[in-house]
Amino acid sequence: MEKTVNIFLFGKKYAVPENLTIMTAMEYAGYQLVRGCGCRNGFCGACATIYRIKGERELHACLACQTTVEEGMYIATLPFFPLIKQVYDINEIPVNEQVMMQLYPEIYACVGCNACTKACTQELNVMQYIAYAQRGDFASCAEESFDCVMCGVCSSRCPAGISHPQVAMLARRINGKYLAPGCGHLEERVREVNEGSFNELIEALMEKPVEELKELYNTRDIEK
Amino acid sequence: MYSEKYQESLAAVAAKRRENIAMEPRRMTAEEKETLLRTYHPDYKEEEFSTLAIGPNKGDKVPHELCEMLHSHSRINAESVDLCAPDYECDVLVIGGGGAGCAAAIEADCSGASVMVVTKLRMGDANTMMAEGGIQAADKPNDSPAIHFVDAFGGGHFAAKRELLAKLVCDAPDAIKWLSDLGVEFDKEADGTMVTTHGGGTSRKRMHAAKDYSGAEIMRTLRDEVLNREIPVVDFTAAIELVLDENGRAAGAVLMNMETEELLLVKAKTVIIATGGAGRMHYQGFPTSNHYGATADGLVLGYRAGAALLYAETLQYHPTGAAHPEQIFGALVTEKVRSLGAKLVNSKGEVFMHPLETRDVTAASIIRECSDRDMGLETTGGKAVWLDTPMIEEIGGEGTIEKRIPAMMRMFEKYGIDIRKEPILVYPTLHYQNGGLDIDVNGMTPNVENLFVAGEAVGGIHGKNRLMGNSLLDIIVFGRNAGINAAKAARGTSVGKLSLSHVAAFEKEISDAGIVTEQKSPKLLPDYRRKVN
Repeated sequence: MEKTVNIFLFGKKYAVPENLTIMTAMEYAGYQLVRGCGCRNGFCGACATIYRIKGERELHACLACQTTVEEGMYIATLPFFPLIKQVYDINEIPVNEQVMMQLYPEIYACVGCNACTKACTQELNVMQYIAYAQRGDFASCAEESFDCVMCGVCSSRCPAGISHPQVAMLARRINGKYLAPGCGHLEERVREVNEGSFNELIEALMEKPVEELKELYNTRDIEK
Repeated sequence: MYSEKYQESLAAVAAKRRENIAMEPRRMTAEEKETLLRTYHPDYKEEEFSTLAIGPNKGDKVPHELCEMLHSHSRINAESVDLCAPDYECDVLVIGGGGAGCAAAIEADCSGASVMVVTKLRMGDANTMMAEGGIQAADKPNDSPAIHFVDAFGGGHFAAKRELLAKLVCDAPDAIKWLSDLGVEFDKEADGTMVTTHGGGTSRKRMHAAKDYSGAEIMRTLRDEVLNREIPVVDFTAAIELVLDENGRAAGAVLMNMETEELLLVKAKTVIIATGGAGRMHYQGFPTSNHYGATADGLVLGYRAGAALLYAETLQYHPTGAAHPEQIFGALVTEKVRSLGAKLVNSKGEVFMHPLETRDVTAASIIRECSDRDMGLETTGGKAVWLDTPMIEEIGGEGTIEKRIPAMMRMFEKYGIDIRKEPILVYPTLHYQNGGLDIDVNGMTPNVENLFVAGEAVGGIHGKNRLMGNSLLDIIVFGRNAGINAAKAARGTSVGKLSLSHVAAFEKEISDAGIVTEQKSPKLLPDYRRKVN
């Protein structure tokens, strides 16, 4: 018999095998998940969950698919959180701190409590990336927030009402589009394709008998 | 943290690491690969396939689980749906909110069409989000679309539809530029040169990445753009049947709210199926790296409406699914781990193959190592081999893993395994549906006018196996293509009287073929509840 632990799903007690994640424990208990379940691999942020261990005060946040159950876990899922997503035209926005003042002015009301960072399911330094955004240092904000899965737990804990993941999303798009160095070889190749520089080569491949293509493939030179 | 039973093998791996790094394993010959695949690849296990008794591909073999879905009843009674009062009307209906669906929606919107996206979970709950390793494009001076073509055509066993593959490779550089212009953060050198690596089966380093969150970075950017364009997105709502018009053209869909089961009707001038893959069908009992909703829904919808499948019998088993710890069993360990220099080694610490053979060959080779050669290690889910990740730090210098594959580091760290210092246990996991609905170069199905398909639901772009990095590429190239062409087709279309007669006709086919089943499809979600009694 496998060892079990007692967990509390929305307050109700279930005994589940100790090696399960919160997500698989819910399924073991009989839940057919529709909300709060996405990639099941820690990339999509659908399964944000908060829990407290019986007898302890600290409130934890995690992704249900990435967290193994523990004895005495009181679990509540947070399958949706009303983040504020401002609409903008990426081609028209100012590339300086003005854009944050216009779209997400609440970031300047940050009180520095660091609750966002403590709550982050990805262990990111959320308050720090908001500080970078305040200053218009979008490259640093992008780097610091890169692993964000936009689960929204940070925002659920914020007394200033900041939608951190959306602020970071804007910073990353600005960084990717405007601040990262341009790519010469890419521009050049797009131009060559548009000019039809490869048409002849491709047309030749379209017509070649399979045997010749096999020969080409099996004897091709592979870059070290 | 590895238990005692792994320590002896771990010591052997560590002892041979230096020597294994220095060694360049021989690549297999074409004949060796052929024999290996026939003997060990799951696609060649005849007893795992059944023959379709009905529909456009009658007589073809597909996996049992897919055959069952294609032989199942509709979720609706065609006669009882009121087709006179649509709940939504639009020019272009996009079914699926993953990478292909979002790319299609953005382009259709750019073309001036009124677009609507329906998705059964949230927008972005898709395999795109989970693609880690990267996206191919021949944009370096030593490379060309023609070289990319040969790599992909050979890797797919010379079975790709050439006109689709030609489009894939020729439009690839522009796809990267498009993403870059939307703000996707590709890994670059200080001068803007793209950081590119090899993938299995590539002859040039053309894998572009955003750390090992490549798909997530693309997906969240596309999602943000769809929202910026204020394109209507109806989430937690599945398409459960296509609607045709009296002329047999695609003209909408019947939807079902996933939570309330309310049925809704969309009338549209053109329809794009972008429903993704099928990992959650768990073909042959394999675990999967796919997201929760990957249940081949689009194949069922299209098939019932008369669209044909191509290569639906070929699946991709990603060679390196996590085999330990059991909490992440089947999760993807990106091929980029091997691109960065990690090799596959057996229980004795021996390198048993070149780490960058194509995925099907690598998967078959691991299966051989774990079966007939008996050089695997026991895990709770079965046998596994080592992927020697510490090699990456030795080759690329300290900090390479944290910088280049942070998601992998995080995934194992949660279970006390530091992949910078210890190797990881891997075994093939169901990863990708190579086949799908047949399309022409405009993205439209030849059999059903105004029905477009994009992304993993398409068959034929890659042939019978797909190279790493060509799927993120195809969702962008063929997603955009479908969006543009569906918008164009919508301009010349006036929709006739709506009809579900194809659903009734399919039901008749089921009964005429003598198929007796209670099953309904599409599947929509897997059921992982504990079976009691």
